[in-house]
Amino acid sequence: MGAVAGLIAPFLDYSFMRRALAGCLALALGCGPIGTFLVLRRMSLAGYALSHAVLPGAAVGFILGGLSVVALAVGGLMTGLAVALSAGFISRLTTQGEDASFTVLYNTAIALGVVLISTVAPSTDLIGLLFGDILAMDDTAMVFVACSATLTAFVLALIYRPLVTECFDPLYLRAAGGRGALVQVIFLGLVVLNLVSAFQGLGVLMAVGLLIVPAVSARFWANSVGALCALSTGLAFLSGTVGLVASYAFNQPSGPTIVLVAGVLYGGSVLAGRRGGLLRKRRAPASRRGHAAVP
Amino acid sequence: MILPEPMDRTVETFRAERLAAARHRGRRESRSLGGGGVGADVNKTGGIRLRNLTVAYERHPAVHHLSGAFESGSMTAVVGPNGAGKSTLMKTIVGLLRPSEGHIELQGVSPSQIAYLPQAAEIDRSFPISVLETVLLGHWNRVGWFRGISREQRAQAQRALSAVGLEGFARRPVGSLSAGQFQRVLFARLVLQDAAIVLLDEPFTAIDARTTRDLLDLVGRWHTAERRTVVAVLHDTEQVRQHFPHTLMIAREAIGWGPTQEVLTASNLLKARRMAESWDEEAVTCDQAGTAA
Repeated sequence: MGAVAGLIAPFLDYSFMRRALAGCLALALGCGPIGTFLVLRRMSLAGYALSHAVLPGAAVGFILGGLSVVALAVGGLMTGLAVALSAGFISRLTTQGEDASFTVLYNTAIALGVVLISTVAPSTDLIGLLFGDILAMDDTAMVFVACSATLTAFVLALIYRPLVTECFDPLYLRAAGGRGALVQVIFLGLVVLNLVSAFQGLGVLMAVGLLIVPAVSARFWANSVGALCALSTGLAFLSGTVGLVASYAFNQPSGPTIVLVAGVLYGGSVLAGRRGGLLRKRRAPASRRGHAAVP
Repeated sequence: MILPEPMDRTVETFRAERLAAARHRGRRESRSLGGGGVGADVNKTGGIRLRNLTVAYERHPAVHHLSGAFESGSMTAVVGPNGAGKSTLMKTIVGLLRPSEGHIELQGVSPSQIAYLPQAAEIDRSFPISVLETVLLGHWNRVGWFRGISREQRAQAQRALSAVGLEGFARRPVGSLSAGQFQRVLFARLVLQDAAIVLLDEPFTAIDARTTRDLLDLVGRWHTAERRTVVAVLHDTEQVRQHFPHTLMIAREAIGWGPTQEVLTASNLLKARRMAESWDEEAVTCDQAGTAA
C-alpha cells in the first residue's frame, strides 16, 4: 500500500506533476507506434541520430524566437529532417554506409548545438536541456505534445498500409508503384515531430529512449504490428509515470529516470519475454516441430 | 509438469493444422496443383520488347546492348554466370532500375500488369505479419493505400493459399515458416496479383525439392492454361530444359536467345563461362559499339 500511495501522492500534491503525467500519456501515444515502426524498419540508430540532430535547430530557434516551444520545435524539425535526408543522400551517392553517415552527422549536430547554445545563452540550464526537466512541461509544451500525438495518430492511420508494406517488403511496394519514398519521408517527419515532442519532457539526449526502448521490449511479447504499437505505448506510459515519480522523489532530471525505468522493463522482457526471452528459449524448438506439415 | 494453458492450445492448433494439411495433400494428389486464384479463366496477354538495352548498376554496366523480345504468352528462362546481369535485367523490366541506354517496350500491358518476385534475401522474414496479410498484398493494384479489402478478396487470398498447398496457414506469422513454405506464400501473392507478365528472380534457390516441384507445376499452368508471359532467372540447367521452352543466356550481353535446345548448348555455356572469367580485367565503362544480339 505504501508504494502505491507513494506513487500517487506527488500527483495529488502538485499540479506540475499532474501536467507532466498527462504529458507522459500524450508522449506515449505518439512515441509507442512511431518507435514500433522505427524498430521494425531497423532504424533505431537513425532514430538516435535524428534525436541528437534536433539540438542545433532548437538552438537556432531559441536564438531567433526566444524560449518558445514553437521556435524550438520548428528549428528542431528543420535540422532533424536535414540530417535524416542528407544521411540518406550521402549514403546513396557515396560508398559510405548509412550508419556511418548518421553517426558522423549526429555527433556533429549535437556538438554544434551545444556550442551554439552556450555561446548565445551561457546561462541556459544545459543539464535540463540535455536530460529533461519536469518543470519545463508548461502549458504550451503540453499543448504541443498533445497536438503532436493527435497528428501522429491521424497521419499513421493514413499511411499505415503502405508503411507496413514498406517495412516488410520495400521492393514489392516499389514494383507495385506504391510510392514508398513518399511514405518514408512522411514517416521520417513523424519521427522528428515525436522526438521534438519527447524532447520537452526527457531532454535531447534521452528523448529517443521513449521511442526505442519500449518498442524493443514489446517485440519480446507481441507478434503483430497492432499489438506491438499498443504494447509499446503502454510500456512507454508506464516508464513515464514511474520515471516521473522517481525523478521527483530523488530530485533527478526526468529524462534519465524515465529511460532507466524503460530499461528495467526491457531487462525483464529480455529475460521473461514470451517471444525469444532467455528463460523461455528452450521451449521454442518443441513448438517448431508442428510446422513441418508442408515443406 | 503441467503445461501452461496457452502452450496446450498451441499444440492443439498445430495438430489441427497438420491434419488439415495432410487432408489437403491427399486431395491434391487427385487434382494437380494449379493457379485457381483470381481470373484463372481469363487469358492474359502481354509481351516485353527490349531495344538495345544497356543498364548500369552501381555505375558499372551490367547489361549491354540487349535486343529481343519475350513474346506474349511465352515462358523463358534467363540463365548465365553470377554477375551476368540477370537480376539487373529483371529489375529494369519491372521499373526499379532505369536503362542508361535503349529502352523497354511493354506490348499490350501497363507496368502495373507486371508481377515481380525478387530474390529471397530481399524480404524481412522476421517481420510480424501473418501469412494471409502477406498474400493480401497481392491486391495492391486494386486496393492501394486506402481502399478496404472485401470479403471476396479475402476469399481469393484463401483460395490462392490452397493453390500453393498452404491451406490452414492463413493466421500463421511468416516468421514461423520454413524457406519453402515462405516461398509458397510469395507464390500465392503472385497468384493474387493476377498479372499478365510474371518475373521470377531465382525462385527455387535454397528451396526444397517438393516445393520446387509444386511451384514449377503452378508456373507451368500460368504458361499453358492461362497464357501468362513468364520470365524466370534460373541456375539449374536441367530444370530449364524440362520446363522452359525458351531461354535467354546472358553474360552481360546476350549469348543466345531462342528455343531452349538451341540456346542451352555446351558451346554457349562455355562461352558464357569464359566471358565471366574475363570480367575482372574488364574496363568499367562500356566502350563497345551497339552489338545487338
